[in-house]
Amino acid sequence: MITRRYALGLLGAGALAPRAFAQARHVYDLTPVQIADGMWMIEGSTDYFSMQNGGAIVNIVLMKGDSGLILLDSGPSLRYGEALTTVARQLDLRGVTSVVNTHHHPDHFFGNQAFADRPIYALGETLAAAKAEGESFADAMYRLLGDWMRGTEVVPPTQVIDGGNVMIDGRAFHALPLGGHTAGDLALVDQKTGTLLTGDLVFYDRAPATPSADLTRWQQSLNELEKVEAAQLVPGHGPVDKTRAAIPQTRGYLTWLEDTLRTAARNGLDMVEIMETPLPAEYAAMGAEPGEFHRSVAHLFPGIELQELPRAN
Amino acid sequence: MLRRPLIYLACLVWAPVALALEDPKTQLKDPMKSGMWDYHQIELLGDPENIRFDDRVIVRGPESAEDSLNVPLLVDASGIKNVKRIIVSADYGPIPHILTYYPEKAEPKIGLRFKIDQATAIRASVETHDGQWLIGSTYIDAAGGGCTAPAHAYASDDWEEKLGEIHGRLWAASGRARVIVDHPMDTGLSDGIPVFIIQNLSFESDEGDLMARVELYEPVNEDPAFSLYFEPGTLGGTLHVKGRDNNGNRINGVLSESETH
Repeated sequence: MITRRYALGLLGAGALAPRAFAQARHVYDLTPVQIADGMWMIEGSTDYFSMQNGGAIVNIVLMKGDSGLILLDSGPSLRYGEALTTVARQLDLRGVTSVVNTHHHPDHFFGNQAFADRPIYALGETLAAAKAEGESFADAMYRLLGDWMRGTEVVPPTQVIDGGNVMIDGRAFHALPLGGHTAGDLALVDQKTGTLLTGDLVFYDRAPATPSADLTRWQQSLNELEKVEAAQLVPGHGPVDKTRAAIPQTRGYLTWLEDTLRTAARNGLDMVEIMETPLPAEYAAMGAEPGEFHRSVAHLFPGIELQELPRAN
Repeated sequence: MLRRPLIYLACLVWAPVALALEDPKTQLKDPMKSGMWDYHQIELLGDPENIRFDDRVIVRGPESAEDSLNVPLLVDASGIKNVKRIIVSADYGPIPHILTYYPEKAEPKIGLRFKIDQATAIRASVETHDGQWLIGSTYIDAAGGGCTAPAHAYASDDWEEKLGEIHGRLWAASGRARVIVDHPMDTGLSDGIPVFIIQNLSFESDEGDLMARVELYEPVNEDPAFSLYFEPGTLGGTLHVKGRDNNGNRINGVLSESETH
């Protein structure tokens, strides 16, 4: 029997290139690239969530551990997690044996379901926030991604990780329990390769996202990351940074964002007028702009405005 | 097997009659093609005869509502002279009427925020003093739920102490006034929470002249926030804000050019 979905798939296959065919069938095309000894990265799109990219917008890191691979962040959906399982077995027959979530945003932990029987590490704040906000994130993700999300359920992390030197499956890390992008943002320094894994505290050539942001705390966290000696940095979104350019870029953007919103409030502008302000060229060129700026106005402006405007009674 | 054809037949018989009943006096071609406009033209605007869509009524908002409880909107009808009032409404939502703005001595232009319940066309219907209705539209995509969620205010214990607190100021040189009033703006659609809204806000000069007036309805956001626009130089040093909610609470404040902090 020819179902509507099957017919749509045929349409996609006939009219479009092979890659588009894969998208029409909702298959993630994950390509791990080796970035250090025993370390691979799957680089996400720098766009926002869409039906085209299936939410594959996040950077994923796979690292050799004693018993298999350590997975840093698990992607936006069950289907993504399953695709990671397949890709991981090509790198190491034993596959993924432990998972770390840098924070509780859905693109970073909704693949956990595929690894639910393995230890999943995160900061305590991340665990709590994943439980509190996971379901409403799931509603939004189903709406944004449709069938890519089929079968996805919220599986929060299970093991609390603290700061300092930690061993995960025999691999040594220095853990930095930070925050500001969300209530809890975990950064890891991989001791073997000197790689700094920042999660979404650092974005590179992709606009920082602010739905859970505390800008002051985020800037303090960037100060901490700046002190870390590292051979390379893997941001949450965007390419690997070997020139120490990503942290100053993120800092510059967040500073500009806050200044722009405070100045607008002091001049009596409202959100629509601010959204229509053109971005400086250096930020307009970032991935996911100007959409991310518009979302930041919605997240941050009402609070900033109340701080800036005087009482009138 | 016979059932379906019978239903089709019933539709054929009834549809023309039903349509005839719901046709407005003046049938417009809706640029948003939303399917609900005819209904609002009759129910919300009173089925006026002299009505049309007009590009001079500009409605600007985000393509998509990031926060369904705080959707910003800018309505600008300053290309039209002789504006009596502007009715701002959503085609789809449990309560379509968002607010009515009487610009009086202000420009027919207002910035506001509202709660959105689903993706919908948003309209600004401008009535002129000589009885014309001119309509502008935009479309805002949304995940929704904005009208049926309880107010954030109740998450804190001190919401009653802040009720009616006003933040704001004016900028005489650029002719702007901005005002934010602390209020839960309960729609009555959340379980066990009755309607609790500010119903009107007036803006008066030192001499007591009415400069502008807003009638608010349930979809206006929690802690209503408005931008008003005046011809530069026409604002005095202060603007008095006066209002009342449906529980009889008075709202009073004075906007001035005091320093921001």
